[in-house]
Amino acid sequence: MTAPAYNFAYLDEQTKRMIRRAILKAIAVPGYQVPFASREMPMPYGWGTGGVQVTASILGQKDVLKVIDQGADDTTNAVSIRQFFEKTAGVETTTETLAATVIQTRHRIPETTLQGHQVLVYQVPIPEPLRFLEPRETETRKMHALAEYGLMHVKLYEDIARHGHIATTYAYPVLVAGRYVMDPSPTPKFDNPKMDDCAALQLFGAGREKRIYAIPPHTKVVSLDFEDHPFEVTRFDRPCALCGAQGSYLDEVVMDDRGARMFVCSDTDFCESRQENGHRGPLNQEAAE
Amino acid sequence: MSTPLLQAEDLSRFYGGRIGCRDVSFSLDVGEVLAIVGESGSGKTTLLNLLSGRLAPDAGHVRYAMRDGTTRDLLTLTEAERRHLARTDWGFVHQDAREGLRMNVSAGGNIGERLMGIGDRHYGNIREAARGWLSRVEIDEGRLDDKPTAFSGGMRQRLQIARNLVTAPRLVFMDEPTGGLDVSVQARLLDLIRSLVADLGLAVVLVTHDLAVARLLSHRIMVMKAGEVIETGLTDRVLDDPQAPYTQLLVSSVLAA
Repeated sequence: MTAPAYNFAYLDEQTKRMIRRAILKAIAVPGYQVPFASREMPMPYGWGTGGVQVTASILGQKDVLKVIDQGADDTTNAVSIRQFFEKTAGVETTTETLAATVIQTRHRIPETTLQGHQVLVYQVPIPEPLRFLEPRETETRKMHALAEYGLMHVKLYEDIARHGHIATTYAYPVLVAGRYVMDPSPTPKFDNPKMDDCAALQLFGAGREKRIYAIPPHTKVVSLDFEDHPFEVTRFDRPCALCGAQGSYLDEVVMDDRGARMFVCSDTDFCESRQENGHRGPLNQEAAE
Repeated sequence: MSTPLLQAEDLSRFYGGRIGCRDVSFSLDVGEVLAIVGESGSGKTTLLNLLSGRLAPDAGHVRYAMRDGTTRDLLTLTEAERRHLARTDWGFVHQDAREGLRMNVSAGGNIGERLMGIGDRHYGNIREAARGWLSRVEIDEGRLDDKPTAFSGGMRQRLQIARNLVTAPRLVFMDEPTGGLDVSVQARLLDLIRSLVADLGLAVVLVTHDLAVARLLSHRIMVMKAGEVIETGLTDRVLDDPQAPYTQLLVSSVLAA
């Protein structure tokens, strides 16, 4: 079904041009937050208005769109944004990571390694990594301009002083191309290494805060740390209960009211395709027979 | 005579038609403590802000002997250079410790911020330095991970001093460092400042309205009134034998304890 009252992909062409210009600037200055005139979208702030505007601006008729929320293709946010673009752009959608050319995501990077022809669009709530330490926007801009990033380490210092290790597990600050410190949006730090030298273009859109930033393909992305407390990826001590995958990011699922729980891949497409290929986890043995 | 550390030349600043301060000139040597005294509104704080680059003068120059030996006009420094200077070779102790501290960051983080700002990336070293400075300003090392919100006024002020001194600055600006503290705490803080200044060979520009503080800490004194310097000289000379009528009034109005 298409809605002819709207322009292709909802936004008018002038708005798309404005957003594309911001995107080009963001790509030219990796990690730098480019202000843009964010529009009202037919969804509440916090639901991915920034990501949706970026996606709408880069979407072409031949693109194949995948939308994930916390890694899953079937949650409310993912389903409604997918439907939104089916309706307003009539583009083909998919849940398969490799079949997609544009992937809009909230909180995860797919487990499957992304390719050069793909674009990953992140929904970002608060783009400023220094915000919780320095509330003044004028000051944080100056700090970015002068590359004064000592404060970011104060946050990590506080973590170690309080918890004995760097307890930041999501929105873990990164240094992009050796210049700008960037908030990778609330993705788990598990996904930070995937940003480094990624073949796909990564775009970040923050609708409420009116900022767009980007990591061009094959850019160096380093997670900040201390020499004696190096960055560590979250590890899980068990495989996925459904597909048996080791080393994927797991979600905890509560099974009943007596404390039973299971851990399954947060990337549903990754988990399902593994199961189709005959992989089975500990809680999924009967189904295999 | 070696080159002075800080030189002010005909510094003026106007707030519209009103005078902030006018035609102030002086020079400060390495390790010298200069007190600027005067009543409220006499331009002390304006002058301090001009000297520390926090305010741009309408006329005049401030020259500073940088660590690399060159003497630079503060107005010609780039903002990056000025901020770097303020973070490494200078300190600024505010009257209200809340302005100079990050209240939601632990004492250790507060002291370590400057070190991290100049590129120190070793947690253990930063923590050791913070611990060392905490004990130097007579705060129990067990308070290293407490936030300044849990500190008393005197402790906050001492923490602020530690935070400033961790990069071994050569010049510290102090704006009423003992203001708002009770008398016994004031005495202890003054003692601490005096010994730190002597041990580290710090040059200090100290703004105060308290002549006792000036007497205790400073080598030289500058008396300001209505934005202008009306008398300057060695501290004991000015306080024991004031020349200007206003200084005489100021000295005689101090209550003898």
